Amino acid sequence: MTTTPRAERGAAWEPSAREVERRAERRRLRLRRLAVATAAVIVVFVGVGLLVVTSPGWPTVREAFFSGYHAKRALPDIARAFWLNVKMFLVAEPLILVLALAIAIARSARSALLVPLRLVAVAYTDVVRGIPTILLVLLFGFGMPSLQLQGVPNSPFFWATAALVVSYSAYVAEVFRAGIESVHPSQVASAAALGLSRGQTMRFVVVPQAVRRVVPPLLNDFISLQKDTALASTLGVFEAVFVAQDYGNFNFNFTPYVVVACFFVALTIPMARFTDWLGGRYSERERAGAR
Amino acid sequence: MTEPAEGPILEVTDVRKSYGERVVLSDVDLVVNPHDVVCLIGSSGSGKSTLLRCLNLLEDVDDGVIRFEGREISDPRVDRRAVRSRMGMVFQAYNLFPHLTVLENCTLAPRRVHGLSRAAAEERARQLLDQFGLADQAGKHPDRLSGGQQQRAALVRALCTSPTLLLLDEITAALDPELVGEVLTIVRDLAEQGTTMVLATHEMSFARDVATSGCFLHEGRILEHGPPEQLLTDPREARTRQFLRRVLPPA
Repeated sequence: MTTTPRAERGAAWEPSAREVERRAERRRLRLRRLAVATAAVIVVFVGVGLLVVTSPGWPTVREAFFSGYHAKRALPDIARAFWLNVKMFLVAEPLILVLALAIAIARSARSALLVPLRLVAVAYTDVVRGIPTILLVLLFGFGMPSLQLQGVPNSPFFWATAALVVSYSAYVAEVFRAGIESVHPSQVASAAALGLSRGQTMRFVVVPQAVRRVVPPLLNDFISLQKDTALASTLGVFEAVFVAQDYGNFNFNFTPYVVVACFFVALTIPMARFTDWLGGRYSERERAGAR
Repeated sequence: MTEPAEGPILEVTDVRKSYGERVVLSDVDLVVNPHDVVCLIGSSGSGKSTLLRCLNLLEDVDDGVIRFEGREISDPRVDRRAVRSRMGMVFQAYNLFPHLTVLENCTLAPRRVHGLSRAAAEERARQLLDQFGLADQAGKHPDRLSGGQQQRAALVRALCTSPTLLLLDEITAALDPELVGEVLTIVRDLAEQGTTMVLATHEMSFARDVATSGCFLHEGRILEHGPPEQLLTDPREARTRQFLRRVLPPA
């Protein structure tokens, strides 16, 4: 039913005529896809662009939101203020990760002694997630300094950051918990079979897998956090949105808002690409040839 | 068995497949006629699974031609879904969908790909499940079933679309010895009913009983092929003898 195996052709393999033809065909199909994609992109984007530019109010909008003159004038102040936003979430992000992971692990603890901790963790996520972030910022920013605690800074920057940490750690804790619960029970069983304690199982088996799975939703929360640093403006912190608002009120022009938006976008896009790359690397390494 | 195909169902000529520098298949030729049961044997990494995946277009071949029901399916313009809708494949690790019940696993493709009504798809699935001794498992989720039951359910899922060719990739390799039998009995029944199959297997005695022909793969080549009695008892190649000495219990 089959022909006998051919003699060794050696290392120098030459594609057959059919394969050469097929490669040309694949190339042709690829080029066609590329052409269709290009055409679709041009039609959609040019169409939307024309729609905006030809709308009756466009000249007014362009003057109020896209004025090159105002953008240039507001830029240095915004850039300086934006650094404050960056500092705020650079401080907040690691704290949130640690706190949230601790809460998530506390919630999945099964030891009898840790029951009070579990109750605290449940109450924390329930209550904190129920309160609008802006209210937390106001409560912390105006309430905490009034307590006149010793050895704690009273700056609005500090309390705004603290409020963000509290608010976001509750959300992120739930993300972590979802990740932890998505790890198949057989993983816990096989770790237990190796003699690992529950804590060790969490640390070496469950949490590493959980964290990988929740990277995309984590990024989602962090982008949200980056934007919510603007809530510090309610405490009078001179961050980017506050500066833009100040400029707009003074000059009757909204262009600085667009400038701030560009700053935020410029910050989130590299981060999104980075997590995509990270996730791609994990799945390549751990799911190669998933069969 | 919808189309009384004249000539071979599957014709593989000179197929080559490599991952980067590593050549996993080269100069593979294979002809499968209607009602043939072709067993692929060989050690792990000899290219059995890759060959099956190439046949099902899960992998693109780097050279050579695969013809299925007379049409070249290694052509880049071919509609892969149309080809796959006429082939069934069963995997070593069952690959049942854990979020669907057994019945839903079995009716997914008939309903969504082949456009059967829910009632018609369920009737056919229930009939096959019944035939395979799974009638009372239909409403359960796959994780509730034993390995043998899961693999039988996976076979039913593949058969529900009435494929002209069934590809089985070491379907008993993940099963306990006492569960192997229940799955192989079914495959044997299918062979007797005239189902055309290509299967990679480590079950030598099963291959001897059921196969109409056997192929011994070594380092990506079909070193030897022929009727199973001859291939398994009186092989021509030294490599084949060596392999058989390792897998067959001493007589």
